[in-house]
Order: sequence, then C-alpha cells, then structure tokens
Amino acid sequence: MRARTALLLLLVPATLLLGIAVGPVPLAPKAVWHALGRADAPAGVIVREIRLPRTLLAFLVGGTLAITGAGLQAVVRNPLADPYLLGLSGGAGLGAVIAIALHLGGAWAVPLAAFVGALVAVALVYRLAVVAGRRLDARVLLLAGVVVGAFASAVMSAVISLAPAAELRNAMLWLLGGFSAASWHALAVFSGYAVLPTLVLLAQARSLDLLSLGEEPALHLGIDVERTKRIVYLAASLLTAASVATCGIIGFVGLAVPHAVRRLWSPLHGSVLPLAFLGGGVFLVLADAVARTAVRPLELPAGVVTALVGVPLFAVLLRRTLV
Amino acid sequence: MLEARGVTVRYSGGAEPALADVSMTLAPGELVAVVGPNGCGKTTLLRALLGLVPLDGGDALVLGRSIGSWSRRELARVIGVVSQREEPAFPLVVEDVVMLGRYARLGPLAAASAEDRAAVRAALEQCDAWSLRDRSSDALSGGEWQRVRVARALAQAPRALVLDEPTASLDVRHEMELFELIAALVNGGLGALVVTHQLNIAARYASRLLLLGRGRLVASGSPGEVLRREALEQVFHWPVAVTTWCDGAPQVVPLRPGEPAS
Repeated sequence: MRARTALLLLLVPATLLLGIAVGPVPLAPKAVWHALGRADAPAGVIVREIRLPRTLLAFLVGGTLAITGAGLQAVVRNPLADPYLLGLSGGAGLGAVIAIALHLGGAWAVPLAAFVGALVAVALVYRLAVVAGRRLDARVLLLAGVVVGAFASAVMSAVISLAPAAELRNAMLWLLGGFSAASWHALAVFSGYAVLPTLVLLAQARSLDLLSLGEEPALHLGIDVERTKRIVYLAASLLTAASVATCGIIGFVGLAVPHAVRRLWSPLHGSVLPLAFLGGGVFLVLADAVARTAVRPLELPAGVVTALVGVPLFAVLLRRTLV
Repeated sequence: MLEARGVTVRYSGGAEPALADVSMTLAPGELVAVVGPNGCGKTTLLRALLGLVPLDGGDALVLGRSIGSWSRRELARVIGVVSQREEPAFPLVVEDVVMLGRYARLGPLAAASAEDRAAVRAALEQCDAWSLRDRSSDALSGGEWQRVRVARALAQAPRALVLDEPTASLDVRHEMELFELIAALVNGGLGALVVTHQLNIAARYASRLLLLGRGRLVASGSPGEVLRREALEQVFHWPVAVTTWCDGAPQVVPLRPGEPAS
C-alpha cells in the first residue's frame, strides 16, 4: 500500500511533465524544464502561456471530478454515482449555456449559473427517485439522473441553435469537454470556485464513511444525516459547475477513479478522497495528453477519451452491482 | 435510562395509530424484550424512543431529558443501536467498521487515539470477534456480522443498547450466542432493549417483557406475568399452550388447529 502511494505521488509530477511536453510541437523534458525556469527559453511562450495552465487545469478538474464522484457515491450508497450520470453535469451545462446566451456577466458569472443548473438538476433527480419509492433505489436514481441529463442536453441544444450569440458558436465543442481553451484566467476562475468546496468535501471524510453504511446506522453513530447530505450535494454541485463552466462536460472521471482507489487502497474516505484527487488529476492529464496526440494534428475533446475508458468500466460495474 | 410516557405515533395515511399511549422504562442492568406480532408497533416503539419518528402524543426521554433536545452526536454516546438490516455500500475491514463506533467521541478531523483503538479492541474481544478484525465485512457470516455490529455499538461506550430483531435469520447456535452476549453485557450494567420474535428465548433472558398488539401495550412485567395464554392468543390470533421450563421460565407452544392445550 505504501509502495502504491509512493508510485501515485511520483506519477503526479511525471504526468504533469508529460502533459506539458506533448502537443503539436513535442518538447523534450529538458526543454520543458528550461522553459519553466526561464521565460525567454525557446519554448517559453508555449510552455508558460499554453501548456502549463492547460495541464494544471486538467489536473485540478480531474481531481475535483474524482472526489465529487466519491462523495456522491457515499451519499447515494452506490459505486455507479457520478456527476455526469446523476445529471449534475447536464444541469450545470444548461445553466452555463443560458448564461452565455443571455450575456449574463463574464467568465466569473458562468460558473454561478452552472451552479444553479446543477442544483436544480440534483433536486429534480432526487425528487424523481424518491417519489418512486420510500427507499432510494440506486437503479431509479441512475435512471432519473440519465433522464434529467438528457432533458438538460436537449434544452441546451435548443438554446445553442436559437441563440445568435457569437460565444455559442463553439459551444458544441466546449460541451464535449476539453481543455483547448485553457488559460491562466480559466485556471483562476476554476480555482476560485473549487477550493472551498474541495476542502469542505475533504472534511466530510469520516461522515462519508458512516453514510456508506446506510442512513440509519449513520444516524445511530451520531451524524446529522440530512445536514451531511446537503453539504455533500452542495459541494458536489459547486465543483461540477466550476468544471463544466471552465472546460465543458467531462464524464466518468468521478466513476472510474474512486472505484480504482477503493480497490487499490481502502474504502475509507480519509484515504479515498485525497488519493482520488491525485488519481483523478493524473487520469485527466493523461486523457488530455491522449486527446491531443491520438489524431494529430487534430485534437479530440478530453471528455471523449474519458468516456472511452469510463463506459466499459461502467458496464462492468453495472453488471456487478445489479446482479 | 430510556422512558416512554404515553407515546402515540401516527403514520400519515394510517387510520389507526401505529403506537397508542405506550409507556415503558429501561433501567441499567435490565434486559427488556419487546414482543408481539408483525406490524404491532415494535419497531415504531424503538424509533420513537430514538427520536426517529415525530410523536403525536406523550414524550420519549433519555436520561430524563426529552428526546427532542438531544443531538444525534450526544445520543450516540449514550445509546448503541443495532438496527434490523445493514449492508455497507463498500465492504470495510471489521476493525474499521468498529472504529466508526467511535465517531461521536472523535472530532470530525481528529485521528483515532490510542484510547479509541483500545476501546475498539475491547469491544471486539467482548463480542468474541477480535479474530475477525482483518476480515472484510462482505466475507462474514450472518452471526459474525451481527457480533461485529454489537461490538461497534459497544465501541460507542453507551449506557444502553437497543437491538431490533438481532437474531433474525441466525441459526440456534448463533442466536443463543448472541443472547448470551447481550445477557453478559447486561450483567455488566448496560441496559438492553431487544425487539424479538423469539418468545421462548425472551422468556429465559429478559428481566421484563413488553407485549404489544396493534400499537397498544397489552401486557408488561416479568416473563411469567406477560406470557399468559389469553393475552398471547388475543394478540397473535393463534391458539397456544404455555408450559414451564425447569428453570421456571414460561415456554410458549403454538398449537395445531383443534389440538387440546394440554
């Protein structure tokens, strides 16, 4: 277990370096190192203005998506939960698209609109799933998530087709989830919204352990279940909104990474959350690296790569959970 | 320690109250068994005592304080609960399961101290489950899992245990082992409130029985006072005979239709 942790800790700088090195102009590690140290190095502008913020953003988005998934999985007590599958990403996307179409504020306002969208989506999904039966059935919940997500994406398409806003011309590409528009500014906006909910979620580690036992045992062991759930849903909505607003809808990071971490380390959230953060960061930086190099000189959205990895895993998990 | 004073609970949509004017007490060193047919309000009584359902009348008190004034965290330090079913969403190692019993005694971010680890070990040893400590919760038998859950309740260092059908789906040996464990804990000064369908086992272990029928307390007192033919037949709608085991405990024998009672 120590060896695995050490390996993961080594993977973090290694993948960050890789993420900066690959691209239309491949750079040797040495060149990256020089460019990071000195602004006037040959690759200075590419590294400092384009690839470094892009790689850092992919890392942070991957980390937060992974802990968001882990938190949601504990709350709904199902390893299939993920901000994408529960409809949060769809709601956030719709909120963001509406804000852009109506010219509501600038880059800092879009995440707020996405947050509202995510909250509406989670409330809808929850109501749909709870109405169906007193106990929260995971199958119904996932179905509700998929349905709300589909509805949100339909409305999104309508808004995009009807709105004349120039900003929306590339919206379809943005929605597919990718980092081609990454910048220091995007990184600042994302971090501004993500730091607090990330810390809040990390502080819930032990409560999440209790919740994954079941709501009633958790109550008897001394947590305020409803309050904890509200905190987790709020933090998850905010984190999803921040990532969707900055880099579109990227699914399955929150599904794949916590699952791997639980298997390789421990299901206790004191280790799941921090390790999933690092693992999610590594995963998304790698996915983005693949997205940039697989069909060079063209570029795939990173969300396509995460889905290609995540969907088969989802299928395996689905069979195992429902059998 | 636990007390119900004229507790009435009405679920929305139910014409009759689920629990009507029920009063009872649980003292330290006492094992009280709640018995009665399915749907008679046994679990509702536990839920009322634990503050999990709103009361339509009366009051539930813990250590003399109304249940509404307790936070979940405070309650968890006084009452350990083993509820009917529990399946962790992600399998946990037994020692970690029991450590979760220390939650209400830890800060949200504080690491487990030597004292917490000692409490976990002591609880597992009391339940004869220390040897299971490294096993995964999904690799335990039903009886082992119940013992681990009792150990977790003990790790809370409570003054009372509340168990809802703790031996459902256990075989005779595991059932008896669990009741022996509860009896030993009660001897050590804990109060225990146990909901069970096992009238004959309850008759041998419990200091007092509460017999519920359709939400009402039909009889309460010593096993000999409660397990009487008329009361049982009235509540269960089935003919029974009551005999006495050599230690003096009454034993209930359900009769076949038309069979004489002796």
